[in-house]
Amino acid sequence: MCLAIPGKIAEIQEKEGVRTGRVLFGGIARQACLDFVPEARVNDYVMVHVGFAISVVRKEEAERTYALLESMGVVGEELALRSGETPSS
Amino acid sequence: MQRITNTDVISLPSDSVNQEVNGTPAGFACPVPLPAGGRVLLGHGSGGKLSAELLREVFLPALGNPVLDRMEDQAVVSLNGMRLAMTTDSFVVKPLFFKGGDIGSLAVHGTINDLAMGAAKPLWMSVAFILEEGLPLDVLRRVVASMHAAADRAGVQIVTGDTKVVEKGSADGMYINTTGVGLVREGISLSASQAQPGDAILVSGMIGDHGIAILAEREGLKFDTEVRSDTAALHELVGTLLEATSEVRCLRDPTRGGLSSALNEIAGSSQAGIELQETAIPVREEVRGACEMLGLDPLYVANEGRLVAIVAADAVEEALRALQSHPLGADARTIGRVTKEHPRMVVMRTVFGTTRIVDMLTGDQLPRIC
Amino acid sequence: MKYMDEYRDVKIARGLATEIRRRSTRPWVLMEICGGQTHTLMRYGIDELLGSSVELVHGPGCPVCVTPLEMIDRANALARRPQVTLVSYGDMLRVPGSETDLFHVKAEGGDVRIVYSPTDAVELARKEPERQVVFFAIGFETTAPAHAMAVLQARRLGLRNFHLLVSHVLVPPAIRMLLQSGRNRVQGFIAPGHVCTVMGVTEYEELAREFHVPIVVAGFEPVDLLDAIRLLVCQLEEGRVEVENSYARSVQYAGNRVAQLAVERVFEATDRKWRGVGEIGASGLRLKNEFAAFDAERVFGLANVHAEEPSECISAEVLLGHKKPTDCAAFGTRCSPENPLGAPMVSTEGACAAYHQYRRHLVTL
Repeated sequence: MCLAIPGKIAEIQEKEGVRTGRVLFGGIARQACLDFVPEARVNDYVMVHVGFAISVVRKEEAERTYALLESMGVVGEELALRSGETPSS
Repeated sequence: MQRITNTDVISLPSDSVNQEVNGTPAGFACPVPLPAGGRVLLGHGSGGKLSAELLREVFLPALGNPVLDRMEDQAVVSLNGMRLAMTTDSFVVKPLFFKGGDIGSLAVHGTINDLAMGAAKPLWMSVAFILEEGLPLDVLRRVVASMHAAADRAGVQIVTGDTKVVEKGSADGMYINTTGVGLVREGISLSASQAQPGDAILVSGMIGDHGIAILAEREGLKFDTEVRSDTAALHELVGTLLEATSEVRCLRDPTRGGLSSALNEIAGSSQAGIELQETAIPVREEVRGACEMLGLDPLYVANEGRLVAIVAADAVEEALRALQSHPLGADARTIGRVTKEHPRMVVMRTVFGTTRIVDMLTGDQLPRIC
Repeated sequence: MKYMDEYRDVKIARGLATEIRRRSTRPWVLMEICGGQTHTLMRYGIDELLGSSVELVHGPGCPVCVTPLEMIDRANALARRPQVTLVSYGDMLRVPGSETDLFHVKAEGGDVRIVYSPTDAVELARKEPERQVVFFAIGFETTAPAHAMAVLQARRLGLRNFHLLVSHVLVPPAIRMLLQSGRNRVQGFIAPGHVCTVMGVTEYEELAREFHVPIVVAGFEPVDLLDAIRLLVCQLEEGRVEVENSYARSVQYAGNRVAQLAVERVFEATDRKWRGVGEIGASGLRLKNEFAAFDAERVFGLANVHAEEPSECISAEVLLGHKKPTDCAAFGTRCSPENPLGAPMVSTEGACAAYHQYRRHLVTL
């Protein structure tokens, strides 16, 4: 477990004392409970699991790690080409 | 690593019909037959392995005959030198009305498509209604008007019908059963058993629209860009394709059970393998998002206005051009090929170049949380 | 889709795979705990991408798979009661109990319904006050906060017809049990990123320290898992033992305190039986006495059922990573997704089902 996917908060409302967000997942909108992420704001990305946001995606962390991953991709490709190794296929 | 071969599995005492189901020899799935006193499950209607099992265990032993046993989407019978195609279908969709269509247009299109997949020109239909007591007449009028419009557009006549009413609580409002009759195009014989290694696999457009449109309506999913059912009559598209090339082996409309079921059936009937390219499978962004969210795989989601075509390798260009020239085939593309490797199995080459099996589902695809 | 598609990038994935193969001097045995991660590994053929540079074994990470037989039997029994509406996540419906499963109970007339969120179950209870709604609350730590909120909401709404049938399990005790076993072969762990999103990383630090085993917290996309495997291989090659967080975009060191508080408010630790594995101390959650009115087990007086697994099922061995699904004599023949002998064949995250569904064309005989 567990299937949680990232979505962007488009709107935040209070529904019967529960902080609820209208969250967009690649073009579809779904309601998610935001009670576990009181710091979340409109335009933040959140990880949503069974209708509840469990974290706010940390942009800087993501960017930092991704930059490293991308460089690994480039280096890896070069190494593979140099050693004549073809990617497993 | 060795490949598993047929001789390595437990063999069954065969039933009266030696039916290959879902692309694997009957012995590979559980050899224990349906228990006597077992019950019908929802999964038996989902177009996957359970459906195949029901056919194998209940229907074919009792009803089998040379025409039925061929198990195509339509039956072809000969009369006075003419080849007639006949099909039957039932429509139990809930809700009755959805974006892009309703149970009425679905019924007409679905019947036409089953005939079209056999290269038959659809001519006549029967329609039988099973209505729930209490259904508002306005609803019935809307559905019937929609059926009339769909049949009219397709040049099909609804020539006979029937009505039954059942007590409140049954039939989800209404069920529709149809029979369609058409004339098979001369000089053409399409069959799921004709796929050969080297053939190309084409799909006429984006997959998963219908299933997601229905699910969205039922579950109250809101889409920024609406997902509409793709329900449509495909006989003209088929006509355009068959005019362009005679080297079409097989056509299927991937309805319940999705693209995966249709391809597994073809692989099974043809005793050939199928290899798909993940990067080539066309899926609308909204459909992909809905599937990610619910943990569904678009390969298993129903379509009602798409076809899969198996064509000879050297006919691919003309075939694609023909499909793409028609509004219903604008997004047509090649998604894979038939191979002699892994016979009866559908295998996907992933974006990473690795492989995985695209299995036939057991019953309905269940949304997952894991 | 942002924060998803980029982590499926082919070039990065291949680059990571190349790096792993380059660094690895022997087939390190690595285990991922979470079923969702198993699913990704199988679906993208990551084992194929890595060849013999690592050996991937799959842990008891599918709460569907480890829900004890007795609990399924209880759910089935409840679903058969005429006034009960048994509400469940989709995955649970096909899991076999001692005699039957929820799908069959539904076919026989039981009121069984699928929901995507526990909020839907609460809504149902509200809309249908004449029904006794029982929500089959399975899951790891990731889902416990949502279930806690459902109970709190039900209480706030004054609902008397909403109950949970709780079968929550906790990950660290399972890892501990695995590591304490004399037969453990696992040399590095991929920790479940969404469990850690809720719970943080400290429990895994204790495990790493106590058992001297590297752990990397990972996400669920193929690039996430490949990066975690790379970090584990580096640790193992260099003789380091650390807990690294490669899912920092979602996981913070302390986890989600608000979510943890909700769980602490409503649940408490309890001993739990894991299907195929046996009882693990303090490895589950149960509702606190204060919430007894919402506890289906207490409200409906469910007797203690004793249930036996079919003897052919080796799910225990599979769940602990001692055997592969393909080592089982019944794999693919007497045991298949249509007729499963045990839970790992039913849930799409179960190792056996994943192998059968995606990889059986590579079965070695």
